[in-house]
Amino acid sequence: MVAESLALSAALFTIGVIGVLTRRNAIILFMCVELMLNAVNLSFVALSTLYGAAGQVFVLFVITVAAAEAAVGLAIVIAIFRHRQSVNLDDINLLKG
Amino acid sequence: MLTQTDAPMTGHPLADTVARFAWLLPVLPLLGFLFNGFLSLRAAAHPGPADPTAASHDHGEHGDHGDHGAHDAHGHDDAHHAARHPSAGLVSLIGPGVLLLSFGLALAVFVAMRAAHIEEAYVLTLFQWMPTGKLSIDVALQLDQLSMVMTLIITGIGSLIHIFSVGYMQDDPGYPRYFAYLNLFVFFMLLLVLGANYPLMFVGWEGVGLCSYLLIGFWFHEKANADAGKKAFIVNRIGDFGFLVAMFLMFANFGTLSFAGVEEAAGGLMVGSLIATAICLFLFLGAAGKSAQLPLYIWLPDAMAGPTPVSALIHAATMVTAGVYLVARSATLFAVAPTAQLTVALVGALTAVFAATIGLKQWDIKKVLAYSTVSQLGYMFVGVGVGAYTAGVFHLMTHAFFKALLFLGSGSVIYAMHKAYHETHNHEDAQDMRNMGGLRRHMPITFGLMWIATLAIAGIPVFSGFFSKDEILTAVFARTHGSTLAEASLFGIPGTALLYAIYALGLAAALMTAIYMTRMMLYTFHGPNRTGEAERPHLKEAPWVMTGPLVVLGVLSLVGGWMNLPLITGGAIGPVELLHHWLEPVVGTGANIVTLGETPHLSHATEYTLIGTAVFIAVAGIAFALWRLKPAALVAAKDAPAEQGIAKVLHDKWYVDEAYDAAVVQPTLGVSRTVLWKGIDAGLIDGLLVNGSALLTRAFGWMGSQAQTGRVGTYAWVIVLGAVAVLGAFSFL
Repeated sequence: MVAESLALSAALFTIGVIGVLTRRNAIILFMCVELMLNAVNLSFVALSTLYGAAGQVFVLFVITVAAAEAAVGLAIVIAIFRHRQSVNLDDINLLKG
Repeated sequence: MLTQTDAPMTGHPLADTVARFAWLLPVLPLLGFLFNGFLSLRAAAHPGPADPTAASHDHGEHGDHGDHGAHDAHGHDDAHHAARHPSAGLVSLIGPGVLLLSFGLALAVFVAMRAAHIEEAYVLTLFQWMPTGKLSIDVALQLDQLSMVMTLIITGIGSLIHIFSVGYMQDDPGYPRYFAYLNLFVFFMLLLVLGANYPLMFVGWEGVGLCSYLLIGFWFHEKANADAGKKAFIVNRIGDFGFLVAMFLMFANFGTLSFAGVEEAAGGLMVGSLIATAICLFLFLGAAGKSAQLPLYIWLPDAMAGPTPVSALIHAATMVTAGVYLVARSATLFAVAPTAQLTVALVGALTAVFAATIGLKQWDIKKVLAYSTVSQLGYMFVGVGVGAYTAGVFHLMTHAFFKALLFLGSGSVIYAMHKAYHETHNHEDAQDMRNMGGLRRHMPITFGLMWIATLAIAGIPVFSGFFSKDEILTAVFARTHGSTLAEASLFGIPGTALLYAIYALGLAAALMTAIYMTRMMLYTFHGPNRTGEAERPHLKEAPWVMTGPLVVLGVLSLVGGWMNLPLITGGAIGPVELLHHWLEPVVGTGANIVTLGETPHLSHATEYTLIGTAVFIAVAGIAFALWRLKPAALVAAKDAPAEQGIAKVLHDKWYVDEAYDAAVVQPTLGVSRTVLWKGIDAGLIDGLLVNGSALLTRAFGWMGSQAQTGRVGTYAWVIVLGAVAVLGAFSFL
């Protein structure tokens, strides 16, 4: 069961990474990041059957932090949208050196 | 305030006398400096409504008196605008007071020293200064016959000049500052002559240089005065370099810097020792700077920009003779270096003649005296140069008397001239002799006293200068045979020939001295008055506080020669060779080496001939001046025609300043501008190093900043690739 779970986790993570790397819409990017987080959560839960409940505790923390992150992140995205009428990341390069 | 850490000389005959308080000699003037300096600063910090310093900006208005640079008695301009300094009374008490106390103590120590008949110097160690490894330098005072003579001159003449200054400077807004500097000068000068080792002497040496700088530029509102101060300071640095190198050589070769140690080491050297010659030549470079000898004399005439009493004290009687003292102090060392001695004597003789020629054609009364001082200093170096150390010191002493008198007398004249011009608001030059004339009717006391000094410096018998000058010339003549100098040579010229040449130069300088001094007296005091109709009634003798010191100096100039009557007088007019016997324990060893252990003997006939020649020369000079110079034909400075021919060359000082400017100053400036400033500083330091490193940093920064695209996608790719790389590294390693 663990092996399949890890394989699924790896697949989800890869999808998330590819999404982050290829898409330009901030919302979609955001969803991909969530996907990567949850892929990691899946690994934690799967491995907790082998290594004890610490992994499951960790998952609870990750969910909490991810919720906070989503709140802050979406707020930023909304602020950017209000400012520039766009959430396309190619348009946002204020930190260019 | 100073304590004796140890008393290594408890057995010395002077140890239980007043001499153990000798440390008070320099400390008293130092206290005076602190006190007067405090008053000066307090006055500057709290300028009240009636504060005369507020009027000091008026200096500039009276600036242009001609091209002389030295505008003496300028402080008196302010008398019109300002009352006396609020602390003047206190300063007048403290300034000269500490000097008189010091002089009294010096007299007491002198009496004790006479009674004790010491053979060895009494060294009063105050505290350790630089105890470093092999070298231990103490702050120690050396009391011996030579330092005693110098101390008496400095405190004695110094007291008189301080008293004179009370009158001369009374209306100057910088009155306390003046006395603070003057007291400080005396402190350093006493340190110079009382120090028991070369480094301590050097401290005094530098200190008097500082005070000289401060007092030359005392009226610094005028740029010329400030420049003159800087010139003195910078030219002296060249000499100080020599002094320093000499000290390094002494330490390297002898391992000690105390006078006693160096003398002992020098006594063990062979005559003609190379190391002694090198040390002596470097020492003489120092002496030539401080004592204004060729080629470093140029600062002294400019130093006349300071107040006249300063010229009398620092630039005639004491500081400029420090070089002579240095040579006399190192007598034994010089004695074993005949080549260096010949150099000293030759430079002295050349300086004596060269400065005298310039003195012939100066119009500024103080400039005449300045060149006369340079010339007389040359004479002293001839004396110590030929190993007649006593004669050199003797001339130093008589010169201190008559030249201080001449300077203070000229100060008195300038004071009267300035007051007269001031009353009528005339801006003529108060120091130009062409504006004087006939002053004998207005200032009879100054007139009489200055003639005494003139006859003394010219070398007329009975007056002090005659004896000292004659002793130097006789010594030169006596050394032509049977001395180490006669056997040595300089640039291939045998010593004997050189000594005859030096003797001839000495006579030539004596002749010119008689001429220019008579000229000065004629133009200043005789003939018709050229000051101006309106000014004439205002020409008055200076107050007693100024003429009093002049009278004392007049007496000394008259009888100073009795301190060292020549042997040939046979005791007919007084005990002979007092100073010679007095200085014997200090300079005797050196003098004996030079004369090959024998007392130099000239036959009476020869000696009478030499005296006759010297007197003839002096009388001839005065007679020539009286015959040729016509004070009645002079016109006031503003109507005077420009000089012509050789007179112009002499008046313009042989263009030495211009030559130095072209040969040294301009090239230095040029190199500084093109190479040092534009090349090294602006190009290398600022351009390549400072701006270059900034540019390099910015270039690297720009390169780094190019990684920051500001695109989230790029960053994401970098993170992922980084993660993959880390993972790959983990799995393969």
